[in-house]
Amino acid sequence: MADLLKDTGRALLLGNEAITRGLIEAGVRFASTYPGTPSSEVGNILEKISDDAGMYFEFSTNEKVAFEVSAAAAVSGVRSFAFMKHVGLNVAAEPLLTLAYSGVRGGMLVMTADDPFAHSSQNEQDNRFYAPLALVPMVEPSTPAEGKEMVAAAYEISEELSMPVLFRTTTRMNHARGIVSFGPRKDTPAKGHFEKDDARFVCVPANARKNRVLLLERNRKALELSEKSPLNFITGNADSDIGVITSGVSYTYVKECMSDVAILKLGFTYPLPEKKIAEFIKGKKKIIIVEELEPYLEDAVYRIMGQNGIAVPVIGKRDGTLPREGEFSPDVLKVLAEHVKLIDYPVKLDKPDVALPMRPPTLCAGCPHRGTFAAMKKAVGNRPAVFASDIGCYTLGSAPPFKLADFVLCMGGGAGTAGGFSEATDQKAVAFIGDSTFFHSGIAPLVSAKFNNHNLTLVILDNRITAMTGQQPNPGTGRNFGGKVTEPVDIEKLVRGIGIEFVEIVDAFDVKKTTETMKKAVDFDGVSVIISKGPCQVDIKRKKVALGKPYAVDGNSCIKCYQCVKTIACPALQKKADGSIETDPSQCVGCGMCASVCPKDAIREVSQ
Amino acid sequence: MKYCVQIVGVGGQGVLLASMVLGNAAMDAGYEVAMSEIHGMAQRGGSVLCTLRFGDDIISPLECDGGADLMLGFEPAETCRNITLCNKDSVIITNLGVVLPSMVAAGFDTYPEVDDIIESMKKVSDNIHTIDATALAMEAGKAVAANAVMIGAVAATPGFPLSKDLLREKLAENVPQKFLDLNLKAFDLGYEHAKSSHQ
Repeated sequence: MADLLKDTGRALLLGNEAITRGLIEAGVRFASTYPGTPSSEVGNILEKISDDAGMYFEFSTNEKVAFEVSAAAAVSGVRSFAFMKHVGLNVAAEPLLTLAYSGVRGGMLVMTADDPFAHSSQNEQDNRFYAPLALVPMVEPSTPAEGKEMVAAAYEISEELSMPVLFRTTTRMNHARGIVSFGPRKDTPAKGHFEKDDARFVCVPANARKNRVLLLERNRKALELSEKSPLNFITGNADSDIGVITSGVSYTYVKECMSDVAILKLGFTYPLPEKKIAEFIKGKKKIIIVEELEPYLEDAVYRIMGQNGIAVPVIGKRDGTLPREGEFSPDVLKVLAEHVKLIDYPVKLDKPDVALPMRPPTLCAGCPHRGTFAAMKKAVGNRPAVFASDIGCYTLGSAPPFKLADFVLCMGGGAGTAGGFSEATDQKAVAFIGDSTFFHSGIAPLVSAKFNNHNLTLVILDNRITAMTGQQPNPGTGRNFGGKVTEPVDIEKLVRGIGIEFVEIVDAFDVKKTTETMKKAVDFDGVSVIISKGPCQVDIKRKKVALGKPYAVDGNSCIKCYQCVKTIACPALQKKADGSIETDPSQCVGCGMCASVCPKDAIREVSQ
Repeated sequence: MKYCVQIVGVGGQGVLLASMVLGNAAMDAGYEVAMSEIHGMAQRGGSVLCTLRFGDDIISPLECDGGADLMLGFEPAETCRNITLCNKDSVIITNLGVVLPSMVAAGFDTYPEVDDIIESMKKVSDNIHTIDATALAMEAGKAVAANAVMIGAVAATPGFPLSKDLLREKLAENVPQKFLDLNLKAFDLGYEHAKSSHQ
């Protein structure tokens, strides 16, 4: 990782590193998040350097809490940064929409990292719409270098308007890399003081009505700022009668693939600079709008044209030329060939005539989730059941041989929907949830299940880390960074505290025993909870802790029943051409899960 | 000048490290650089692709299909899967070391013979260069240095705009000090092997 605290110089930075450097240069003193791809690296970096950067940083239990702690900092006059993935902003939407009414005193940015193509997400939602919904200003960088610069600019906007500002990125900005020059660091107060002002900060109906008027006034001021903002600029051939309006990473494709067009590049995208857009369109023969996902800019352009009596043909999504699904790339612009001059696209090679196996993401060798799934599959057997899963590595349990994710909706959604399945169907409702997701949004549905006496089994896969997003600590691990050490929250005590009677702790690597316990849990009439423990293998490798000695298959005892590969399917188990099974010592972590499902005890720990 | 390297492989093979070495070398050579990486869920044993573009007026982190000047494949099936990122003039360097997908390892899917993969690629391109990076890395001392072998092979690519010395220097900066000699030896072996393959 690049040294983001050095005074000067330049470096090849990931978008998320550039944004982090932007925070340091803007003198941000308070940051909070719940990890989520593609925003996660910012938190991983801040976990290491926030102390040296003079910043308070925390992983909050969910995005709503992350938003709220940063909001408190900002209303106290401290520059703050709450960041999350796009779906995380749904969780934080409630405080966002009302903080807009109160406004802030110190600058506050809210980063929403959107994920067109859903590389690592459950949907492709376009969070630009949160800006007009909440009436908060929004900026959108196109490259890592611009991302760093835009952080500082957005804090100025935030403080000038006393408003939180939405900082909207996409995967191809967060996970792009580019050259970034380091600039001077601004000094801001590390601690503030909350000056009471009930009319502004106590959102009771009488105040809300008045604050709504003030919010609309600030929105008009924001429009003025957008009109004169250098973040919105014209480039390319300004005299061309073909105009392209674009923002975000799409701008980079326009810039490199089109020639001889006028480009209105928008960085301050709410409120949109209406006069600037109207001026740009006037006199053009054709307007092309290049934006990923929804026709956010395009619909605004139609409205602006309508209000200004302009009628220029618009090429975009509404006429079906450009897609609304997936992410853009230089290739996507090919459909514009009849409208603009494009680069000469190369002729790609033909696809070779050979059948290749797919290589989807998979649970790691020795991942304890494999044992949990194998045990549950056996415990449920042929009885009718619905497996409501959740968001995390264990969503990969939807793949064979487990096939234990019938319904995946959102964070905490497994536990919530299981309650519904238990009442609306005669199928056994089984929910899976990771430890971090449990703290995020699994506790409320469990309390609700107890309250309403649902008949369901909740399996908490406790690997003591927020694994999928890159090994962040969570309340179950305790905190040990930034000068603060906290005790882990005990999941068992928490669950028992709710009053759940059936609570069992199992060792995910001991598949046999776990299966027996799971049978009891699914037979139980009411809410049963299993806490399945086993460490994350990525975390173990990172910490260089050895789990055990590798295992090997004794060919003489093996009866080739393939129970091991059929139930655990660990990548360290390999079926050879002659039908024998071998373990791959370079992958085997010594968890013993395969040994625990072998009916002949043919898989044993290597003795020396 | 614009130059594009597409680096493909499997999560955990060191694709990102290789891209950082090449990207930093391009920056130090005075070029504009734009790269794109895959993080998150895809890294769990899945296919990974890293795009590196450098030269003049570079801003887009993505390249069009067929736009690669060079493809660096860390695994033969991944090279083959992504070959449409190349055109008939692209140089394609592929490691021969196989990483079995977990469904293949478990016997639920099949992986073709490596020779068949290479032959199928040779039918669509005359610029396929193979290298047994794992074997050369073992010769250098340890299998983990396979990505250094691959970077050495890049240095020998005809027309590659960055110098061998610069790549070697950037590799040295990006690996742990205690594995420095191992990586430099692996780099040299990769370079020598590729040089003879291009002759």
